[in-house]
Amino acid sequence: MIEGAIWRRWVFFYIPLALFLIFLLFPFYWMLITTFRPDGELYRPWRAANYTPFWTWNPTLDHIKYLFRETMFATWLWNTMFIATASTIISLICGVLAGYALARLNFPFAGSLGTGIFITYLVPQTLLFIPLSEIIRNYKLGDTPWSLILTYPTFLIPFCTWLMMGYFKAVPKELEECARIDGASRWQAMLYIIIPVAIPGILSAGIFAFTLSWNEFIYALVFLSSPEQKTVPVGVVSELIRGDVFFWGPLMAGALLGSIPVAIAYSFFVEHYVSGLTGSVKG
Amino acid sequence: MATVSIRGVHKRYDDFHAVKGVSLEIKDKEFVVLVGPSGCGKTTTLRMVAGLETITEGTILIGDTVVNELPPMDRDIAMVFQNYALYPHMSVYDNMAFGLKMRKFDKAEIKRRVSEAADILGIKDHLHRKPRQLSGGQRQRVALGRAIVRNPQVFLFDEPLSNLDAKLRVQMRVELKKLHQRLGTTAVYVTHDQVEAMTLGDRVVVMKDGLIQQVGEPLELYNHPANKYVGGFIGSPAMNFADVTIAQNGSGLVASNSAMNIGVPEHLAAPLGPHVGRPATFGIRPEDLRLADGSEPAHHTFEAVVEVAEQLGSEILLDVSCGPSSMVASVDPTVRVKPGEKIRLAFNPHRAHFFDGKTEMAVRG
Repeated sequence: MIEGAIWRRWVFFYIPLALFLIFLLFPFYWMLITTFRPDGELYRPWRAANYTPFWTWNPTLDHIKYLFRETMFATWLWNTMFIATASTIISLICGVLAGYALARLNFPFAGSLGTGIFITYLVPQTLLFIPLSEIIRNYKLGDTPWSLILTYPTFLIPFCTWLMMGYFKAVPKELEECARIDGASRWQAMLYIIIPVAIPGILSAGIFAFTLSWNEFIYALVFLSSPEQKTVPVGVVSELIRGDVFFWGPLMAGALLGSIPVAIAYSFFVEHYVSGLTGSVKG
Repeated sequence: MATVSIRGVHKRYDDFHAVKGVSLEIKDKEFVVLVGPSGCGKTTTLRMVAGLETITEGTILIGDTVVNELPPMDRDIAMVFQNYALYPHMSVYDNMAFGLKMRKFDKAEIKRRVSEAADILGIKDHLHRKPRQLSGGQRQRVALGRAIVRNPQVFLFDEPLSNLDAKLRVQMRVELKKLHQRLGTTAVYVTHDQVEAMTLGDRVVVMKDGLIQQVGEPLELYNHPANKYVGGFIGSPAMNFADVTIAQNGSGLVASNSAMNIGVPEHLAAPLGPHVGRPATFGIRPEDLRLADGSEPAHHTFEAVVEVAEQLGSEILLDVSCGPSSMVASVDPTVRVKPGEKIRLAFNPHRAHFFDGKTEMAVRG
């Protein structure tokens, strides 16, 4: 906390914080207000006498209704949920096991393997989708949810592995040694001791993986084509921007509704993932 | 309960030879303490007994079984770690029951054993708490409880008291000793604290640089250190050393340097004979020094300059310099001396030690 006179606190703490918050939250506010603003106000020229960009006196649910009635938004939501959940589960299982192995089992080249896995995470998706689309086509998975469930782990597993590796390294080695002396096999020690202790880390890896796949755009754009298979980010953009016409109301409504599940997931686990990121294990 | 035999054991890491041929026979029901500075290989030795480190060379037996290739779970041992290693997500009860559950004991037997151990250790009221709700001393008790419920053949302790504050450490030390007297289980205890080693051990093993320096009962180590290292390591304040040269003087031997010229006690004259003309180290414990009062022969005294006088109440520790060497003398609390004062110290000739200047091995009478 800033010491000294009240004006110092305002100048060095409250005002910068407020500016930062405004900068950060304004896009969300804009999304919210546009969702509920009637079309008449949305397309009103800025020179008009009754131009009120930051507020509306006639809130409406028309855009949301449009979204559900005229587009397949509900299907997109379901698709996104299914794909994100499935790919998160796959990535978490692989990431936890790989992270444990890299952190705990002393095998040759463990260090360079860990670095290698991290490097695969750095390969941009904008490059990777080219060979992947070839693979998806060969396995005839194009335009199915599996095209994404199986390709999202290509960036989620390195991410989860790396995060879990760091977390497992922070868990005292003695816990596991003690369990082994107590009569647990390595597998049991991992299952009963190490994984329960690492739950905060697993939760934060899960939340991040879920968010990454929820928001993913490029693979979904490339691998899915029919409207009933699309995910929210792709569906909203491809169905609500027609040519050079932007349907701003439904677009923003879609963005708003699309971000709610992620926000819920975050707020639900917020305590866990903070402690997961700071890696605190108390004995 | 069982014996533990460590025979010619080595541990090599890629570029580090941590344990260089340690052999030790631990008797049934014995409490053996491995003591030494950090990096001396004591913990590595213990971990090899536990099965947490592979044995590069040599054999370890628990009872009559060679355990080199046995996983920790099959060695029937229990280990207490420095950081307690309590399972943070389990209650105290579950922590203590875990080993029994893994070994498929039935529920009633688990309950009986856990409550018996909790009784012994005085943690009965905390059984449903989580480890983080306990104080350091209580956590240590839970760790002990987890070890004793299994009734293993051997207890292994890896610096179990190092994380406790000084007062609690003394208290837990006594409790550990009592516990061992009550259960009589063979115990191997690792510590860097020589006071813990002396008070707990039936026998103490002093290690340095991956080698055993001396094995013996605490007083044997104290009274008859095998070499200069053990002499300096055991005892607090530490033994004083002065580099001297042995010379013939009439019928006897003298040890002298620039600041002292003392007669070699009679019982050491014969073994020190071959050392005439060679360097040696004179060693004397602080409590075997006192202020000279004229009643002792002059050749058992030497002159020193007081640097600091530390009043401890029951005694005064005089930090003195004697030529090139600084020494500590524990003297009567009634003595009044000032820093800078020249005094004459008398040593107890029966408790003087001499060490070979090169090998640093004790020269014994």
